[in-house]
Amino acid sequence: MSRIQPTFEKLKQRGGKALIPFITAGDPNPQLTVSLMHALAEAGADIIEIGVPFSDPMADGPTIQRSSERALKHGVALHDVLDMVAKFRTTDANTPIVLMGYGNPIEAMGWERFAVRCAQVGVDGVLTVDFPPEESHEAFGHLHRHGVDPIFLLAPTTSDERITQVAKVARGYVYYVSLKGVTGAGHLDLSTIAQKIPHIRQYIGLPIGVGFGIRDADTARAVSKLCDGVVVGSRIVQEIEDSNEEVVITNVVRLVKELRLAINQA
Amino acid sequence: MRLRKLAYNYPDSTGHFGPYGGIYVAETLMGALDELRAAYEHYSVDPEFKAEFAYELKHYVGRPSPIYHARHWSQKLGGAQIYLKREDLNHTGAHKVNNTVGQALLAKRMGKPRVIAETGAGQHGVATATVAARYGMECVVYMGAEDVKRQATNVYRMKLLGATVVPVESGSKTLKDALNEAMRDWVTNIENTFYIIGTVAGPHPYPMMVRDFNSVVSKECVVQMPELAGRQPDAVIACVGGGSNAMGIFHSYIEVPGVQLIGVEAAGSGLASGQHAAALTAGKPGVLHGNRTYLLQDGNGQIIETHSISAGLDYPGVGPEHAWLKDSGRAQYVAIEDSEALQAFHDLCHYEGIIPALESSHALAYAAKIAPTMGHDKVLLVNLSGRGDKDMATVARVSGIEL
Repeated sequence: MSRIQPTFEKLKQRGGKALIPFITAGDPNPQLTVSLMHALAEAGADIIEIGVPFSDPMADGPTIQRSSERALKHGVALHDVLDMVAKFRTTDANTPIVLMGYGNPIEAMGWERFAVRCAQVGVDGVLTVDFPPEESHEAFGHLHRHGVDPIFLLAPTTSDERITQVAKVARGYVYYVSLKGVTGAGHLDLSTIAQKIPHIRQYIGLPIGVGFGIRDADTARAVSKLCDGVVVGSRIVQEIEDSNEEVVITNVVRLVKELRLAINQA
Repeated sequence: MRLRKLAYNYPDSTGHFGPYGGIYVAETLMGALDELRAAYEHYSVDPEFKAEFAYELKHYVGRPSPIYHARHWSQKLGGAQIYLKREDLNHTGAHKVNNTVGQALLAKRMGKPRVIAETGAGQHGVATATVAARYGMECVVYMGAEDVKRQATNVYRMKLLGATVVPVESGSKTLKDALNEAMRDWVTNIENTFYIIGTVAGPHPYPMMVRDFNSVVSKECVVQMPELAGRQPDAVIACVGGGSNAMGIFHSYIEVPGVQLIGVEAAGSGLASGQHAAALTAGKPGVLHGNRTYLLQDGNGQIIETHSISAGLDYPGVGPEHAWLKDSGRAQYVAIEDSEALQAFHDLCHYEGIIPALESSHALAYAAKIAPTMGHDKVLLVNLSGRGDKDMATVARVSGIEL
């Protein structure tokens, strides 16, 4: 069963908010991914999102595009990402893992086989950016049956009707995209988030994470007051890109600890 | 003469052609697609919109384009009679402008002052820059950095027309990456921007809308063929990259029994070489750029790079309606190699005094392949989708000539 709901319940009991960092599997190289995952958990991540590299990351900004390209140069495929999660689970049985990516690599593996593998290796949730609920009843059915949570994006432009659609299939948490644009863009609007989150809660009982455009501790703190979890992707991936391999883990840990501290102060 | 018709009513209300098509995009684009769908549903049946579209096609594009009986070439081939639908005679030199006029008129009515487009060889970019100038819109064209280098003349043409050309450095730096980048622009600038997609791919309603705007081609053919040849053709042949010229010339014929529909993909250096762009012939169904269709991909679902002498066919996917026409058996899809297309290119220059686009040369090459196997009373209709002026440098280079 998914570890996501119990994680949010525990946080709620002690009045905490979730910190959800994102890294791309295989970036900067496949040997470092599992170590980076452990480092994220130790630095205070409540849930870890792992990007599955794809050749055509349509919803991503340049930072995550480049991370995907670096991973693909190492030949990292979906089955490798699942193996990395399996390896992570040998020493961390608790931190929820969410795979985030595009549908086609899963299509190529087959949704049922993918769902079975997710359950085997300990993947808790799957966010397929380009598969909306309307197109994917069968796909998400496989995830449900194997106890894997389908995670969905909601946007500032999402209609109430569509929020209702998403509410029917979503599990774990929903991910509110805090701006109009791609991942890593920089024009996040706190007042819109403050309005939109209570509105979404009228339709969806799940915890709400907010992401796309959270670039520093101050923003993370401010955003965390408005929702249940903060997703930080491009900023961490940028740190990975800017660090050489000897110090990449140290630098990522320092950044995640800063974010953790900021959110705890909220 | 009334045509006997088969029933065909695709896509369904959610944009599906059988299992293909649909709307596979991030949530951030859903609102914009809803808005576009509603606008297209409204204006596509609006008499004033239809009248303005028809007026623009007649007076700005130069429609109807003629059909030409390639007598000399047919005689040399010694079999079926080949007729050419002369889309190369349109303003801007290809069928692409039919669609950009339609989408720009829609953008105007939706109150979007800025249009964006993706382009490979630059033809769709030029057609978009052209209509943006015509209707006074800001225009940004995304083009793979590799293509910018290879297609300098078209880049200059777009700039002359007032467009900004943005070289795309991500991924394989070609058409598919330009499309990704245009989508990213759209999602960021949704309020004031209309994305003019250049082919019958992308999320619903694009495959339907682009087909509808290009279907003026087959609507004309259905009237022109009886006038010129005394009857409808035995087969309609068109090249297929994304597939917009083919959908345009197929559409009115889908419901006409006895007319074979043949789509011709780019086999590049040969299907066995792996260096090709034949998604329907050699690909597998998957999801890319907002729709489910046949794709060239590796075993892990990553999209692979394509190869064709013709930049306009150099795309790893294909419009979802073609995927459905293939599976349902209504159309057949074949592939033609670079060398065969080049031969047809030279033959049409030589025998008919027409310089065809390298894209269209693939359709011509297939016609040349089957014509000799057919009787003199048989009729082939080929979509001459564009003129070859843009391909001078490429053809010269293959012949070892630097211009």
